[in-house]
Amino acid sequence: MANNHTVSFKLNGKPVDVSVEPRELLIHTLRERLAHTGPHIGCETSHCGACTVDLDGMSVKSCTVLTVQCDGSEMVTIEGLEQAGVLHALQQAFHEEHGLQCGYCTPGMITRAWRLLQENPDPSEQEIRYGIAGNLCRCTGYQNIVKAVQSAAKKLAAAKAASAAPAAAAAAEEATPAQQPVTA
Amino acid sequence: MGDMSELQQRELNLQGMGTSLLRKEDARFIRGQGSYVDDIKLPGMLFGAVVRSPYAHARIKSIDKSKALAAPGVVAVLTADDLKPVNLHWMPTLGGDVQAVLADKKVCFQMQEVAMVLGTDRYAAADGAALVEVDYEELPAIVDPKKSMDLDAVVIREDIADKTEVGHGPRTHPNHIFTWEAGDKAAADAAFASAEITVREEILNPRVHPCPLETCGCVASFNKATGYLTVYMTTQAPHLVRTVLAMLSGVAESKIRVVGGDIGGGFGNKVPVYPGYVVAIVASIVTGVPVKWIESRIDNISTTGFARDYHGVGELAADSQGRIKGLRFTALADHGAFNSHVSATKLPAGLFSICTGSYAIPNAYCRVDAVYTNKAPGGVAYRCSLRVTEAVYLIERMIDILALKLGIDKAEIRRRNFVKTEDFPYTTSLGWTLDSGNYEPALDKVLKACDYEGLRREQAARRADPNSETLMGIGLATFTEIVGAGPTKVCDILGIGLFDSCEIRVHPTGGVIARLGTMTQGQGHATTYAQIIATELGLPASDIVVEEGDTDKAPYGAGTWGSRSTPVSGAATAMAARKIKDKAKKIAAHLLEVAEGDLEWEIDRFKVKGNPSAAKTMKEICMVSHTSNIPAGMEQGLNAVSYYDPPNMTYPFGTYLCVVDVDKFTGVVHVRRFYALDDCGTRINPMVIEGQIHGGLTEAFAVAMGQQIPFDENGNHLGNSLMDYFLPTAMETPHWETDHTVTPCPHHPIGAKGVAESPHVGGIPCFSNAVIDAFSHLGVTHMDMPHNAWRVWKQCHALGIDKRP
Repeated sequence: MANNHTVSFKLNGKPVDVSVEPRELLIHTLRERLAHTGPHIGCETSHCGACTVDLDGMSVKSCTVLTVQCDGSEMVTIEGLEQAGVLHALQQAFHEEHGLQCGYCTPGMITRAWRLLQENPDPSEQEIRYGIAGNLCRCTGYQNIVKAVQSAAKKLAAAKAASAAPAAAAAAEEATPAQQPVTA
Repeated sequence: MGDMSELQQRELNLQGMGTSLLRKEDARFIRGQGSYVDDIKLPGMLFGAVVRSPYAHARIKSIDKSKALAAPGVVAVLTADDLKPVNLHWMPTLGGDVQAVLADKKVCFQMQEVAMVLGTDRYAAADGAALVEVDYEELPAIVDPKKSMDLDAVVIREDIADKTEVGHGPRTHPNHIFTWEAGDKAAADAAFASAEITVREEILNPRVHPCPLETCGCVASFNKATGYLTVYMTTQAPHLVRTVLAMLSGVAESKIRVVGGDIGGGFGNKVPVYPGYVVAIVASIVTGVPVKWIESRIDNISTTGFARDYHGVGELAADSQGRIKGLRFTALADHGAFNSHVSATKLPAGLFSICTGSYAIPNAYCRVDAVYTNKAPGGVAYRCSLRVTEAVYLIERMIDILALKLGIDKAEIRRRNFVKTEDFPYTTSLGWTLDSGNYEPALDKVLKACDYEGLRREQAARRADPNSETLMGIGLATFTEIVGAGPTKVCDILGIGLFDSCEIRVHPTGGVIARLGTMTQGQGHATTYAQIIATELGLPASDIVVEEGDTDKAPYGAGTWGSRSTPVSGAATAMAARKIKDKAKKIAAHLLEVAEGDLEWEIDRFKVKGNPSAAKTMKEICMVSHTSNIPAGMEQGLNAVSYYDPPNMTYPFGTYLCVVDVDKFTGVVHVRRFYALDDCGTRINPMVIEGQIHGGLTEAFAVAMGQQIPFDENGNHLGNSLMDYFLPTAMETPHWETDHTVTPCPHHPIGAKGVAESPHVGGIPCFSNAVIDAFSHLGVTHMDMPHNAWRVWKQCHALGIDKRP
């Protein structure tokens, strides 16, 4: 493959080098070369958002980005949201609010919601629905997804308030049990 | 008697039946650790890309592979000629017909499979597919099913032109597939002849597509050394597929392993065997390396199982009080170019004969004529419960039309015709015995919750206001489902009865592994089957692992579709657990040195009656069952399997109410409110049921308001991508209100009925009735779906109400 280019980027905090043809889509590089099979493919017209990843602080549909465009960038996928064995508040909330069924849209949906809550930490229901309108789901009818994003927003706000006020932090910690990882 | 709070705590620990247990499946899906088919990577795996027909109907004069074979990374190009030596260029379908695997001599629908290119990766395979040159001679295409049986109609299926039948009785035309009827035509005709009032309407259920977010695909891996074939695939019925593969390939069924894995939604789309699977399997057998085939979204919408396409005619006869005396429903069914209709062998039109609905109708007759057209095959899919969507749509539309003709309120006319609670089990005039129902209280509950009287008053006021810019519509649907196929005397596929199964193995320390013949695609089986077992055995759901989909491990079953998992495998699960419990009771009696009759069950243990301190917990019994301390002659272990042949279907029901506001000037329909009451008997997990309802109602919204797979006169697919095919986002999707009553199924071991398709089945007529109700004071009796803005505006325009003052 004489036409290959070496591309370097940070994936979930770790440096990665890949050698790809210029035409290779980011979603295929992630899934097939880097074994990050969380992001999925649901269409070829850039509508469904199942392939959503976070690229340099933006939610992008990785089926609509060339890997060679990602040199030097920082990328976060669903695989990068759990930190030190603790689920992100959104992952926990999708579980608690039954915001997923088949799980196929879930990685893209959560990754999008992760960026949405950084763009707007206290969204209204309408802002959440608009904010995830690039992500299609066939199972849930969205209602529990909205509830999950609302629930996560509340938890993140509480955690932020707690960390801003150290005295309150201890109280908050006492009031809410430590987050348990979700297991089968 | 134990302390109540202690008993409650023990019960709570089980997380069994009736609790909203959070899902076990979520742990992997929220981390991106699901294992869907395209996640699978095997050493040496090739990728298959399909070359598809640009024409709806054409002869293939020649296929030139040479340029494709010369392309870098292309390993092989397979055409019908390569499949002929193994007799796999055609395959049998679940509809009793045959379907072309790769087109031989002619193509019969646009996007039909013509060749498969094998490449070292998907890019190389796609390059190769673009280089295959096919020389076609175009033929006229039949798109309108009403023209299929014209005398001069072109013959679509030359391969069976001289066959007098293709699985379901005599054919009267080369493009005729079957005619099926049910009921007493003479009695129905007599009821119409003497009726005070009759109504008739032509009602279309347009062709739509289930469009699961994950498309269809497989990885086929044939091991030449062992002769063992493994196929990872998107299948809702892995065991039936294994049997079909054995029949097709000649490989012994014991050497074929089908693995369902995680499936990204099925919705009926993943029941049939598609040509892509077959070619990938043949390609793996030929090359001896694994072959992956994953279709695109456009391929999926264009060529895999569509839904509906019933051109119905509904007729009701009634007295002046609106009491229905007769029903005549017919449908012209467009099945596409091959009859791959998923249905029990004896039921070519599925369960369409449930079309008498929730109503006591003394005389009924229905008939379905199926024809070939130059379109992709399918018909049964998308939460249809085997054509129940079409049946319920027809009756719920027709009862509205009858109400309109008589000037009777639409809730009142339903009430007057309901099967009464005390009349269950009730045998309909088309032969189904409804198990249980409590329709009137459910209707009352919904009318009260939504202030129906107030809504009708508001609607009357709106209609009286000449300056109103919107029309208000109120839709009702009071439907009866039929799910849980089914009794093996009536229901088989390829001769195999539609029983289902569960095998439970209990470990010495109280852990449980249970495997079933069904196959989840997101409905939460790993969680809810565990809940059934937890309650039956008194072992916590957290320690119960449920598996489906691997035909080497799971007991034989017919898979998941037709909302049959709870009615059939759910029953098998309870029955298998009860076998274990019976054995455990014998062990407990042995340990406690009492007769079995002296024992009573309390949540998680057997207690000696009158001596509460003498008890053995199920967990204790699990260990003992693996020792020598068991009754003489008893085998060690605590395992059971149940194959459940249901005595009847289950008949859940629901009352749905929808309020819409229609903009007269644009035709845009706004859903103001949607209230859904479902009664599926005993509820295993209310949280999971609610999720099924939300999803199904969203599909119903999509179908009623925007989805459609149209064709132009040449048979070109229009709108076969997400550019046009309406999948609502969170923005369009209405807020759902849900409710329930509980009317258990008397013949089911835990009283549970299926439910997952109810929201789609009942939702579509509810939306449609609401939109049409908005126009009913203007003399409109029916509008065909979809009710998108353009089509609704056309209705406004035709009525001259779209002009701003």
